[in-house]
Amino acid sequence: MIENAPIRRLIAHLVLVLGILVVAFPIYYTFVASTHTLQTILRPPLPLLPGKEFFTNYWQALFGGIGRIGGVGVDRLLLNTTIVALAVAVGKICISILSAYAIVFFKFPFRMTAFWLIFITLMLPVEVRILPTYKVMVDLGLIDTYTGLTLPLMASATATLLFRQFFLTIPGELVEAARVDGAGPWRFFKDILLPLSRTNIAALFVILFIYGWTQYLWPLLVTNDNQMNTIVIALRKMISFADADTEWHLVMVTCVLAILPPILVVVLMQRWFVKGLVESEK
Amino acid sequence: MAEVTLKDVRKVYPGNVEAVKGISIEIPDGKLCVLVGPSGCGKSTLIRMIAGLESITSGTVSIGPKVVNQVEPADRDIAMVFQSYALYPHMSVYDNMAYGLKNRGTPKAEIDARVKEAARILAIESFLDRKPRQLSGGQRQRVAMGRAIVRKPQVFLFDEPLSNLDAKLRGQMRIEIKKLQQTLGVTSVYVTHDQVEAMTLADVLVVMNEGRAEQIDTPIAVYERPASTFVAGFIGSPAMNLMKAKSTGEAGLDLAGGGSVKLREMSTPEAGRDILLGVRPEHMSPAPETDADLLLDVSVIETLGADTLAHGHVAGGKPGGGELVVRLPGSTRVNVGDRLPLSIQPGMAHLFDASSGRRI
Repeated sequence: MIENAPIRRLIAHLVLVLGILVVAFPIYYTFVASTHTLQTILRPPLPLLPGKEFFTNYWQALFGGIGRIGGVGVDRLLLNTTIVALAVAVGKICISILSAYAIVFFKFPFRMTAFWLIFITLMLPVEVRILPTYKVMVDLGLIDTYTGLTLPLMASATATLLFRQFFLTIPGELVEAARVDGAGPWRFFKDILLPLSRTNIAALFVILFIYGWTQYLWPLLVTNDNQMNTIVIALRKMISFADADTEWHLVMVTCVLAILPPILVVVLMQRWFVKGLVESEK
Repeated sequence: MAEVTLKDVRKVYPGNVEAVKGISIEIPDGKLCVLVGPSGCGKSTLIRMIAGLESITSGTVSIGPKVVNQVEPADRDIAMVFQSYALYPHMSVYDNMAYGLKNRGTPKAEIDARVKEAARILAIESFLDRKPRQLSGGQRQRVAMGRAIVRKPQVFLFDEPLSNLDAKLRGQMRIEIKKLQQTLGVTSVYVTHDQVEAMTLADVLVVMNEGRAEQIDTPIAVYERPASTFVAGFIGSPAMNLMKAKSTGEAGLDLAGGGSVKLREMSTPEAGRDILLGVRPEHMSPAPETDADLLLDVSVIETLGADTLAHGHVAGGKPGGGELVVRLPGSTRVNVGDRLPLSIQPGMAHLFDASSGRRI
C-alpha cells in the first residue's frame, strides 16, 4: 500500500517514536544508573546522561564479587544462567523433536495415548507439580546442581506439539521417496527431517532460551548455594528492603548484563528465521 | 534386468475394504506395463505394493526369480518416480540424485560419474547446483527421473508422473519416457489415468476397474478387442458407442431404443439374446443410403478440424434412445437435422453380453 499523505505519515511516525521512547527509556535509564556511583544514584534527581563510573562499576560487578550475594561475581551468574538457558533450550528441543518424530512417523501401540498424555501436560504448568518435583530433586540429591536446575524444565508439550504439526505437513511421498532411497529411520531424521526443521528449531531456540534465562521460581527453590544462583535470582537477592543497604549501581550493572544475552540471541537468530522464512517459500 | 510377476495379489485395508481383488500380471524383462483405470480402481495401491510401500495381504510379488513380499523398498532394487516428484527440498539437484547411492555406500567417484551421466541423458546438467524450488515443473520431473536412473534399478515404477504437468509438456515427457525406457531397457510399471499415455507407452496394458484387472493385453489388442464394456468405454476417445439390442438371429440386431442394425462379417448370437452393441465412432462411415447399416439423425456437431464429431440418435428410434457419436473426416460437411446414412466398417462391431458386460 503506497499512500501519499504526509500528515498521516507524520502522525504514524510520531506514534511509533513515542512507543519506542516509552519502551526504551527505562532501559536507557538503567544503563545510565549503572555508570554512576551509589551516592549519585541515591541523591535525586538522577542525571540523564551516563556518568564516569562505567568501567569501575562493571569491573567490580563482573570480577569483584557482590557482597549481598556472598561475594559471587556477575561473571559466575552469567555462566550459570547461560548453562541453564542453553541446557533448557537444547534439551527441550532434543526431547520434543524426538518425541514428535516418534508420534508422527512410527506406528506403535498406544501412539495416540502417548500423544494425548503429552498434550494433557500442557495444562499442568511447573507451579502445579512443583512440590512433587522438588521432593524428587531432594531425594536424588540434585539440589544446587545444574541437573536439578534444568532437568525438570526440559519436557515440553508445546515444543512437541509444534514439531508434530510441522512434521504432519511433510508430504507422505517425501517419506516414501526416502524409504525407496534406502534411508532408514535415523538417516531420514538426520538427512531430511532435521534440515527441513531448521527454521522451526531456530524459532523455538530463541523462545526457549529466553524462557530458560528468565526462570524465577524453580531456580529460587533448588539453589541454596550463592555459587549456583542464576542472574535473575541473584538480582532479587541483591535488593534489600533498605535503600541504603542495596548497592544500586551494581544492581543496575547486573540488570544491563542480564538483558544482553537474550538480546544477542534474538538479534543473531533473527537472521536465521528470515532466511528460513524466505527459503521455505515455494 | 528382471521380469516382474504378480500372482493373485490382494490388498485388504482395515475395515475390510478390498482395494485390490486378486491380480496376476507377468511383465517380461525390459517391457513397460501400464496400469490404467479410473480413480479408486486400485492401480496406485498395486504399484505401491510392488514398491513395498504397502503390505501385501495375499498373493506374491516377484522381481526376477525372487519373491519380494517381505523385502524393504530400498532392497527391492526398484526406483520410483512419484506424482509430486517428492524431491528433497533442501538438497541440490545433484544431492537429490546422489542421495540413494550415498545411502548404499557407493564410492564417491562412481556416484559422481552416475549422476553426471544421468544429468547428461536428461539434459539437466546446467542446474545440478540448484534447489528443486528454483526449477520449473518439467525440470523437477526430469530430476525425479534422474533420481530413478542413477540407481540403475531392476525396475522403474512411475506413479502418475506426468499429471502435474501442462498438456504440451506432458506430451513431450511422454515421448521422452518412452525413449528413455527403451534405451535403458529397464522393466517398468507405469500408473496413469490418462488413456493416451496408456496407449502410447504400454507394451502391456492393464485396464483396471474396482480392484480387478478387466483386461491385460497389448494396447492395440485392448483397443481392437475390448474384453468388456468397461474397457470399451474407457479406452478410446470419444468413447465407444454402446447400445442395448436384441439379436434377431440373421446378422441383424434390433436396437432397444428403436431402429435396427445390420451386421457384416460377424457371427450373430442366437436370436432373442439381449446384448450390447459397441461401435467406435471412428468405425462408422457415411455410405449410400442403400448400403447403410443405420441412419443417424444428427443433433450436435463438433468440428475439431482434423475430424468432425456428429452426435445424434438412430433414426426410427424413440427420442433419447440409441444415442450415437460418429467420427467423420474433417472435410465432411454435415448439418444439424441431417439424416446421415452410416455403414459400420466390416468386422468392426463389438458384441457384449447385456448382463455381464463381457465380450461375446
